[in-house]
Amino acid sequence: MYKIVKREEMAEGTVVLNEIEAPSIAKKAKPGQFVILKANEEGERIPLTMADTDPEKGTITIIYMVVGKSTALFKTLKVGEGYQDVIGPLGQATHLDKVGTVVCVGGGTGVAVLYPITRGLKKMGNHVISIIGARTKSLLILEDKMKEASDEFYVCTDDGSYGHKGFVTEVLKNILDKTKVALAVGIGPVPMMKFVSKITKDYDVKTIVSLNPIMIDGTGMCGGCRVSVGGKTKFACVEGPEFDGHAVDYDELMKRLQAYREEEENCRLKFEASKKAA
Amino acid sequence: MSEKTTQKEKSSRQSMPEQKAEVRKRNFEEVPLGYSKEAAMAEAKRCLQCKKPSCIEGCPVGVDIPGFINLIGEGKFAESIKKIWEKNSLPAICGRVCPQEIQCEGKCIVGKKAEPVAIGNLERFAADFERLYGKGEIPSKMKSTGKKIAVVGSGPSGLTVAGDLILKGHDVTVLEAFHKTGGVLVYGIPEFRLPKSIVASEVATLEKLGVKINCNTVVGKSVTVDELFQEGYDAVYVGVGAGLPYFMNIPGENLIGVLSANEYLTRANLMKAYLFPNVDTPIPMGKNVAVLGAGNVAMDSARTAMRLGAEHVSIVYRRSRQEMPARSAEIHHAEEEGIEFKLLTNPTKFIGNDKGRVIGMECIKMELGEPDASGRRKPVPLKGSEFIVDCDLVVVAVGAGANPLLTRSTEGLSLNKGGYIIADLENGKTTKKGVWAGGDIVTGQATVILAMGAGRKAADSIHKYLNWGW
Repeated sequence: MYKIVKREEMAEGTVVLNEIEAPSIAKKAKPGQFVILKANEEGERIPLTMADTDPEKGTITIIYMVVGKSTALFKTLKVGEGYQDVIGPLGQATHLDKVGTVVCVGGGTGVAVLYPITRGLKKMGNHVISIIGARTKSLLILEDKMKEASDEFYVCTDDGSYGHKGFVTEVLKNILDKTKVALAVGIGPVPMMKFVSKITKDYDVKTIVSLNPIMIDGTGMCGGCRVSVGGKTKFACVEGPEFDGHAVDYDELMKRLQAYREEEENCRLKFEASKKAA
Repeated sequence: MSEKTTQKEKSSRQSMPEQKAEVRKRNFEEVPLGYSKEAAMAEAKRCLQCKKPSCIEGCPVGVDIPGFINLIGEGKFAESIKKIWEKNSLPAICGRVCPQEIQCEGKCIVGKKAEPVAIGNLERFAADFERLYGKGEIPSKMKSTGKKIAVVGSGPSGLTVAGDLILKGHDVTVLEAFHKTGGVLVYGIPEFRLPKSIVASEVATLEKLGVKINCNTVVGKSVTVDELFQEGYDAVYVGVGAGLPYFMNIPGENLIGVLSANEYLTRANLMKAYLFPNVDTPIPMGKNVAVLGAGNVAMDSARTAMRLGAEHVSIVYRRSRQEMPARSAEIHHAEEEGIEFKLLTNPTKFIGNDKGRVIGMECIKMELGEPDASGRRKPVPLKGSEFIVDCDLVVVAVGAGANPLLTRSTEGLSLNKGGYIIADLENGKTTKKGVWAGGDIVTGQATVILAMGAGRKAADSIHKYLNWGW
């Protein structure tokens, strides 16, 4: 078992942080890489990009949004309990380099994935501008950490309850109008990454996105995570999860993410009902 | 006349009791039920006990076939399984999944005039009898050598290597990428053909012998081959399988409902998605399913779809029946279960709806031309013969290539053009000192028994190396 040593609820309990004992993964993992977690014998294998690692302590941190049965089940795990299986680190690490000014754009739980990359880019000596967004103030995550890892920092909320009222893309456009940016990193819901990439393309700014398609093994064996990048099929688990934001077919990805929507919803409702009954 | 009849009766093969096709096509329980003691002994008596048995030549691991069959004939079942174990550590599995018709049974002299002796069924009987009624004896080990071996991959070749080397007194650790051991035996081959409890029991025996098993370890990612040597391993065996699914590379392949057989079968077998929603992994429930390809994996996929409640399942294959690579028993079972064979047919594109789900595919008729590199007649498209096949689920089972995860992260390991590891077929040695390889990652997609044969040779070579050097 991979024990949970710290647990925190964020964004009104819709997002959960777990710090998990996994010394060999913590030792190897680099920003941008992911792990696959399975809670118990009947559990599903769920890929999640790591939000942090502590090689000395031997722990990794994941932050996930509760969307289906599997993440609802994850949420029930307490400190001292744990996951039956954690596999990783998987996928390619982010290529961190000194390029000048970079813009890091994060939405929703994507901010969790963006954080170690932002920190890495700052460490390399880049001038880091970050923009994070959420629907409303109470759903924002990792604000302090992102602020600390950035030279300039912006917050957006759709309802205007905090920071700029509107989407991250609006702030991004303002920045690109005034500043020469060498690299953009966009991580969040697929529509957000699609529009971030659309804007940066207009300004000809190289853009990296991190994708989270449906996956089973995470080692290139099943091909469930196929994404079209520049008209070619790629396996996100081994060639990704990061890709050139300007080349990804987001519409296809959005459709593929819906493949098991009905099954997932039924499974989640059944789980909620059984929890209530208990 | 009467004498002839007696002769014929004597020579007719004991039929294998099976679940009826109408029943089994909707459940995941094993299809053949196994011989009774009486049937096994009667079948054993059909063996001519040839002085120069050609069946043994047909066996990639050289099991003393007449020897173990003779013991079954005498009712000495415990001795019989020991005879098999001398050469084959996974008989319950081989009895079920070996292509006997082109190996041992294909060479059987009885088979020249009548049906060959049912060697596979008898091997299965001996192994099952031992598992169910045996004393749980385990072979004795040689004294400890203090040498450490890492076996990468817990499929048939890895398990064979582990079994052989632990008996020779070495310290063996198996590293498996998945959360469960068995490799293709658990993620690929379905429950109805190879019950997972059998694989688990074989692995449990290895553990009893002292083999250590580390699951969730992706060599190439979690740890590299060179790091294994730094950790103190004296030798590494790579048996990671092929593990990179081929697709058709035709338009529409990324539509929802087009899956690799690896994905489809992994969901069904390893993740037990046929029990969804009692387990959490879903699997697409196709009503009208097309499976592309005609190997064992294609048959397994088609029969799985049928068991998941499909109304219609077809095998779509670009060559003719003669060229189908699947075991004859699997083709026969699939047909009995109502699976249609659309032969000389090749898909040219997949058709989807506005939600991105597959609703059909365009196919073209093929005809057979001159033999190609594989010796099989090459299928050529018939111009203008395109037609539409309706389907809501497509399983692509057209083979697998070499997964580069381990090989790319290992310096000094020479690969061929296809990305497979170059290893000496006699002993499994690779171009990297201390590293052996065998099974599908060397040969390309092949059979369980060939992988085991490669494992056996590599284990002998590793043992020699640990005693006398590279």
